[in-house]
Amino acid sequence: MTGTEPALPPLSLAESAAIARRRRGRNIAMLVVLAGIAVLFYAIAMVKLAKPDLGAG
Amino acid sequence: MSDLTTSVVAVDSSAGDWFALLKPRVLTLVVFTGAIGLAVAPGHIHPVIAFAAVLCIAAAAGAAGAINMWYDRDIDAIMRRTAKRPIPAGRIAPDEALTFGVVLAVASVLVMYLATNFAAAAILALSIAFYVFVYTMWLKRRTPQNIVIGGAAGAFPPVIGWAAVTGGVDIMPLLMFAIIFFWTPPHFWSLSLWASADYERAGVPMLPVVSGARETRRQVLIYTMLLVPISVLPWALHLAGPIYGIGAVVMGLIFLASAIGVVFDKQDASGVSLTNDKPARRAFKVSLYYLFVLFAALAVDRLAG
Repeated sequence: MTGTEPALPPLSLAESAAIARRRRGRNIAMLVVLAGIAVLFYAIAMVKLAKPDLGAG
Repeated sequence: MSDLTTSVVAVDSSAGDWFALLKPRVLTLVVFTGAIGLAVAPGHIHPVIAFAAVLCIAAAAGAAGAINMWYDRDIDAIMRRTAKRPIPAGRIAPDEALTFGVVLAVASVLVMYLATNFAAAAILALSIAFYVFVYTMWLKRRTPQNIVIGGAAGAFPPVIGWAAVTGGVDIMPLLMFAIIFFWTPPHFWSLSLWASADYERAGVPMLPVVSGARETRRQVLIYTMLLVPISVLPWALHLAGPIYGIGAVVMGLIFLASAIGVVFDKQDASGVSLTNDKPARRAFKVSLYYLFVLFAALAVDRLAG
C-alpha cells in the first residue's frame, strides 16, 4: 500500500464469516492433504523396505 | 492490517477452487485409463505402489490443468463456459495458480520416480511438458488441428501405468496410446459442433470455427474410421482376448454408425445443423461409452486370462 490507494469499505459480519469459513475449509483441506502425503510416503517406504527390488526408483 | 484485508478480499479462494484448478472432470478419464494401463501390464505391482502411481498420474494431469488455466486465463475470461473458473473469477491469483501447478508437477514426477521407476517418471514428465508447452502454449491458439496433436497428451496415462509396472514400453501400451489419440478428435469435435461459439468469441481456432461445421463432421467420420481398425489391433495381434475383441468390434460399429449420423445430419447450405446437432450430441455420448467399454474390456480380459 502506498497510501494513495482508496481505502476498501469495511467488511460486513456476513462477509467476514464467509471469509473465515473459506479459510477454515482451506486449512482443513491442507491438513488432509499433508496427512495423506505422510501416510503415502510411510506406506511406500514400508513396501520398498520389505521388497527393495520393486521398481528402480 | 489493511494489506491483509485487501489480499483476502481480492483472492478469497475456497478449497474447492484449488481442486477446480486440477480440472477434475479430465482427471476421471486420466485416472481410469492410467489404472487400466497398470492393470493390463504383465508382472506384479504392490497395491500401495499401484495406488501411488495412479495418484501421481492424477496429480500430474491436475498440475498440467492448473498451468493450462494460468496460461489461458485471458481467453477463459471471455468464454462463458470458463469465465467462472477460479482465476478469471478473481478467486485465485494467477501467480499462485502457476506456483501450485509447477510444484504439483515436480512433486508428482519425483514421487513417481521414488515409488516406481525412471521410465514411468520420465514419461510422466514428458506428458506434462507436452500438454503445457506443445498443446497449451504452442498449438491451441495457432491451428485447428490443436486437438489432434494435443490429444496425445491425454493418451499418455495408460503408457505411464504400464511403465510403472514393467519399467518400459511395449506394443500394447503404444496401441492404447493410439486408441486414445485417434479417439480424441471425433470425441472433441462432436462436442465442438454445438459448443464452438465460445471458442469463436475467444479467437481459438477450433475446427468448426475455422473450417465450418460440414468439414468438422467429415473429420469426425474420418478419425472414427481410422480409430475402429486400430482399436481392434490388440485383439488381432493376440495382445488381448475375445472379450476385448468383441467389445472393440461392437462398440466400433456403434461409434462408426453415430459418426455417419453426424455427417448426414440435416443441415442448411452453410452446414448449420437443423436438428440442434442431435447426431453430434449422440456421437459425443457414444464416444464416452466407447472408450470406457474398450478399456474396461481390456482389464476384464486380463483378469479372465
